[in-house]
Amino acid sequence: MATQLIDQFAKNLAPDTKAAVYDGSKKGHEKRTQLLFDTYADPNRLREIAGEIKQHVIENLDTYLPAVEAKLQANGVKVHWAATGDDACAAVRDIMQARGLRKIVKAKTMVSEEIELEHYLNKHGIETLETDLGEFIVQIDHDHPSHIVKPIIHKNRREIAQSFEREGLGAYNDDPATITARARQFLRHKYLAADVALTGANFVSVESGRLVIVTNEGNSRFCLAATKCHIALVGIEKLVPNDRDLGLLLNLLGRSATAQQLTVYTEFVSGPKSATQPDGPEEMHVIFVDNGRTDVLASDCRDILRCIRCGACLNVCPVYRQASGHAYRSVYPGPVGAVLSPLLAGKKFPEFADLPKASSLCGACHEVCPVNIPIPDLLLRLREKGKREGAPLAAAGTPPMGAWAVLASQPAAWKVALFGGKILNFLPTNLIPVPALRAWEAKRTLPEWRGGEFRAWFKNRPKP
Amino acid sequence: MDLAHRKLPGADKRVQLMATCICDAFYADVARATVEVLEYLGCRVEFPEGQTCCGQPAFNGGDWPNSRKVVRHTVRTFAGELPVVLPSGSCAAMMFHGALLEFEQEADLPAVQQLASRTWELADFIVNGLGVKSWPGKLDATIAFHRACHTRGTGSGDAALGLLSSIAGLKVAPFGEGEQCCGFGGTFSVSFPNVSAGMGELKLEHIRAAQPDFLVSGDMSCMMHLGGLAEKEGKPIRTQHFVQVLRDALKNGGLL
Repeated sequence: MATQLIDQFAKNLAPDTKAAVYDGSKKGHEKRTQLLFDTYADPNRLREIAGEIKQHVIENLDTYLPAVEAKLQANGVKVHWAATGDDACAAVRDIMQARGLRKIVKAKTMVSEEIELEHYLNKHGIETLETDLGEFIVQIDHDHPSHIVKPIIHKNRREIAQSFEREGLGAYNDDPATITARARQFLRHKYLAADVALTGANFVSVESGRLVIVTNEGNSRFCLAATKCHIALVGIEKLVPNDRDLGLLLNLLGRSATAQQLTVYTEFVSGPKSATQPDGPEEMHVIFVDNGRTDVLASDCRDILRCIRCGACLNVCPVYRQASGHAYRSVYPGPVGAVLSPLLAGKKFPEFADLPKASSLCGACHEVCPVNIPIPDLLLRLREKGKREGAPLAAAGTPPMGAWAVLASQPAAWKVALFGGKILNFLPTNLIPVPALRAWEAKRTLPEWRGGEFRAWFKNRPKP
Repeated sequence: MDLAHRKLPGADKRVQLMATCICDAFYADVARATVEVLEYLGCRVEFPEGQTCCGQPAFNGGDWPNSRKVVRHTVRTFAGELPVVLPSGSCAAMMFHGALLEFEQEADLPAVQQLASRTWELADFIVNGLGVKSWPGKLDATIAFHRACHTRGTGSGDAALGLLSSIAGLKVAPFGEGEQCCGFGGTFSVSFPNVSAGMGELKLEHIRAAQPDFLVSGDMSCMMHLGGLAEKEGKPIRTQHFVQVLRDALKNGGLL
C-alpha cells in the first residue's frame, strides 16, 4: 500500500536534519511552556481571550479594513489592495519602477514567501536582500524556510559555516557568534546602498493605524533607518481593533514563538517620517494581501485566519518533529500549514489534499495555540473535503470505509465478524489481502483476536 | 460540548456500557474489568447487544457519510436517558465532540447531542460522575501512565492518574515528554507507518527509561500500537488498561 507523501519524506530524511528539527522544536516547546506557566496563573484563559479578539477581527473585516485604510491614509501612508499574490508582487514592482528604485533590503515576512516575491522581482531587475539571519542563510543557499519563526531549524552550524565560506564571508568557522558577526558586517554596507525597506507586519491597529513589526535582530530597524521608501506587505487578517489589544497579543506572541517575554525589538510604525524627524522613510506603502484569504473566510475553516504565525504548533507537533518543515511542500509547514496551505491553494487544493492527513489528531497544537485555534477540527473538515472531492492524495494509504460502515450498522453481521475475526489468530497475515493489515504488521504485531469473548462472559455469568 | 454539565447517574446508578470495538475484538478483559469495577461501585451495568463502533475510523478518515451511518446506529442502540460509560477517552471524545462536528448540518443533530450529553469516559465517570476520589485495595507495582491524547482538555487524565496514585503500594513513575502522542492516530497508523512508528519508538524510549513493571493507559488503541511496536522490536512491554489495575487492586485487597 502506498503510504502518504509526508510519511515517505520522513522515512528518507537525513538523520542530521531530523535531529536538528527534533532538538530545535522540542527545546522551543519546553521553554515556551515553562515561561508561560511561570508568568501567568492561567495562560489558557489568556489564549482564549486572544482567540476571541482575533476571531472578532476576522468576522468584522468588512468594517475594519475600510477603517484601517482611512486611518493609514490620514497618517500619510499610501494603501494598496492586492487580490492575488501576483497583484501584490506587481504592486511592489510598480511602486519601485515609477520611482526608479532597484534595491530592496527585506525584513522577515511570511507573506513575501507565500507570494514568491523575490523570484518575481528578480525577473524584473530588482535586487532583494534578506536581512534576517535565518532568511539570509536560506537566500544564499537557495533553500526554503522550514519553520515559520526559525527558517533554518533544519540546518546545523557546520552547514552554515560551509555556506559562509563558499560565499566569501570568511574562512570556515562554525562558532555561532562569529557567523552572526560576519553576517552583520556584510549586511551593514548593504543597508546603506538600498532604496527600499520591505517588511511585513505582525499586527496593524485599526484604532491608530500603527504597524507592529517584531524582530530579534533589529534588522527591520536598520532597513527603515537607511532607506527612503518603506513597503509593508500585510495579510488582510493581521488587524487588531485597538492598540491596547497589543499588550496581550505581543506577550503571547513572544512567549509562544521564542519563549521570550517580549521580542528584542518591537517597532510601532505610524507612517512616513514627519518634518521634525531626522531620518526614516519619506514614503510609506502598505499593500494588503488577500491571496485566497477571503475564500478561507467564507469557508468552515475561517478560524485559521486568527493565526499570528508564532510556530508553537510546529514545535509541539510530533509529526513535524519526525518529518521536518520541507515535508509539507509549502510555505507554511506543521499543523497550521496543514490547514492553511490547502486552503490558500484555492483551485489547487488537490495538490495539498494530503497535508490534513499528516496528523494523529493528538490535539497538542490546539493546546499550545496562543489564539486557541481548534486545529484538529479544521484538519478533520479538510479531510472530509478531500474525501468528498475525491482527491487522490487524500486517499493514499487510507483504508476504504464502506464495508466497515455496513458491518458496523448491522448488529447481526457485526457479531458474525467478531467471531470470524478469529481467523487472524491462525492465518499468516501475508495471506490476508487487506493492505491496512499489512501496513500495521510491517511495524507492529497484532494482539490475539478475542472477538465475542466479553459478550459471552457478560451473557453467561451469574447475574449480580 | 460542555463536559461540566453532563447527565449524572441516578440513585439506582444504572449505566449503559459502550465496550468499544477494540475491546469487543481484542481486549475482552478490559470490558470485563470495566463491568467488575462499575459493579463494585454499585452500578447496574447494561450492555446493549446491538452496539458496534463509535464511528471514529471513518470520521477521522474524512469519510463522514459512512461515519454518520455508524453514529446513527449507535444513537439508536444507546437510546434512553442513562449515562453511557466507555473505557476509552478516544471513543468518548468521538461521541461528545467528533460526532457533533460531522452532524453540524444534519437534521438529527439533537439526537446526537442528547447522547453526547450523557457520554462519559470511564475514569471521568468514576471520579466526577460518581464522586470516587481514591481507590481501595493494593497492588505492589511501578507503572508508567500514558495520558491518551483524546483526553486533552477533559478531566479524564487527572481522574485516572488520581485514582491510580491513591492505590496502596502502587507507584506511578513519570517519564519524559509525557505530553507527546504515542503515534497511533487511527488510520494514521497505517497511512503514515513510518512517522507513526517513529513517534511510538520515542515514547517507548522514554517509558523504558522510567523502568515501569507495566504501561497503563485509558485507551487500548494506544496500548495496541505501543505494545505491538515493542513486541515487533523483540523488546516486549506489558500493557494494561487502568481499569484492569483498579480491578486487580480490589482483588489483591480481598475486596472482589
